[in-house]
Amino acid sequence: MLKFVSKNALLLGLAAVGCVAVIAGVNQLTAPRISAQSQAQKLKVLKEVLPADHQDDALLAHCLQLNAVEAFGVSPSRMYRTQVGQSAVYVTETVAPDGYSGNISLLAAIRADGTVLGVRTLAHKETPGLGDKIEIKRHPWILSFAGKAVESSDDKRWAVKKDGGEFDQFTGATITPRAVVGAVKRAALYIKAHPELAAMATGCSET
Amino acid sequence: MQQYQEIIRNGLWQNNPGLVQLLGLCPLLATSSSLTNALGLGFATMLVLAATNGVISLFRQHIPNEIRIPVFVMIIASVVTAIELLMHAYTFALYQSLGIFIPLIVTNCIVIGRAEAFASKNAVLPSIFDGLMMGTGFCAVLATLGAIREILGQGTLFDGADLLLGPWATVLKIELYQADSHFLLAILPPGAFLVLGCLIAAKNAIEARRKARQQQNTSIQRARVTQVSSS
Repeated sequence: MLKFVSKNALLLGLAAVGCVAVIAGVNQLTAPRISAQSQAQKLKVLKEVLPADHQDDALLAHCLQLNAVEAFGVSPSRMYRTQVGQSAVYVTETVAPDGYSGNISLLAAIRADGTVLGVRTLAHKETPGLGDKIEIKRHPWILSFAGKAVESSDDKRWAVKKDGGEFDQFTGATITPRAVVGAVKRAALYIKAHPELAAMATGCSET
Repeated sequence: MQQYQEIIRNGLWQNNPGLVQLLGLCPLLATSSSLTNALGLGFATMLVLAATNGVISLFRQHIPNEIRIPVFVMIIASVVTAIELLMHAYTFALYQSLGIFIPLIVTNCIVIGRAEAFASKNAVLPSIFDGLMMGTGFCAVLATLGAIREILGQGTLFDGADLLLGPWATVLKIELYQADSHFLLAILPPGAFLVLGCLIAAKNAIEARRKARQQQNTSIQRARVTQVSSS
């Protein structure tokens, strides 16, 4: 009986070791390629919100880590500093916590004076067919942020049209665009109010 | 040869994992909101099924009966993880659109179901073939479901195919009709259940009709009964 049990236990252990060895081997083989791929992907996403002719190969290295949950919806949040023409531009992650169904995670390029260069939606759980028009592949709405500047926290133009602002809402979905507009506005205001970001030391902890 | 014919018939129709065994409903319903997603998960499942069936059949004589289930689970999890890592490294675009679905395959009962019911009792080649055919059957149901839901809910076919197949595939996208508001229910989770229910009903109806016709051919009396009842 004991012999039978220990034989099975041994076999089970052997199978586990074999499986782990296979996975470890494949992981060793693919790890460098995977990390290169995800770096390239990250850079590609960041470049999407920046002007098309913008070149900055060290963009990912100039990463700032901030603790400002009231402005970016998450803490800590990351932003990447770069230079477009004469002025500093920050590519920042920001989260709209007040979407129709949960968080909407966004990426925005904002100039130091509070002008938005571009916004993209990274992830969301909004209703398919209604709220998902914030995705660039479904609707060009998100492009309407480009070139808009935020003046102050009571800037009337930074709202959906239903609330008297400049941004379109979607038929059947007002909460989603309202949340996105609010999140971009908060991020832009923060960047405008904190010129010291330009001199802040770079460095982000690994995720 | 007859064994292979039997495997084809079982996988594609008689014992179809999506319509008859109803195994793996979780990924089936979660990923069938568009044809592209459905095909992606269908192919990935087919690959995993063939690979795990092959491996398990290879070791079937060395795995004692008492511990076979934990060993199967380990083998399946390892194969899926290895495939996920390889896809992440070498087919990054595909991984991006399917990445979240790949781990779902581990939860697909059809994989362990075939390991237990077929691969642990049969030789390597028929096992791999069974995995392929079961996978094809699953993929076909998934694709049909995805196509119906996408047509009803979005009015398109092959939306986002470029994420799966590369940039050239944007030409595949077909805009069937434009409507102000689509039939949203079809894309939402309840739509998956409704459409799958209709598909199963359709299969059963075809089966019943076929059976009735067979009986009609074998016994004349039966034929008269059905004629009377149908008139």
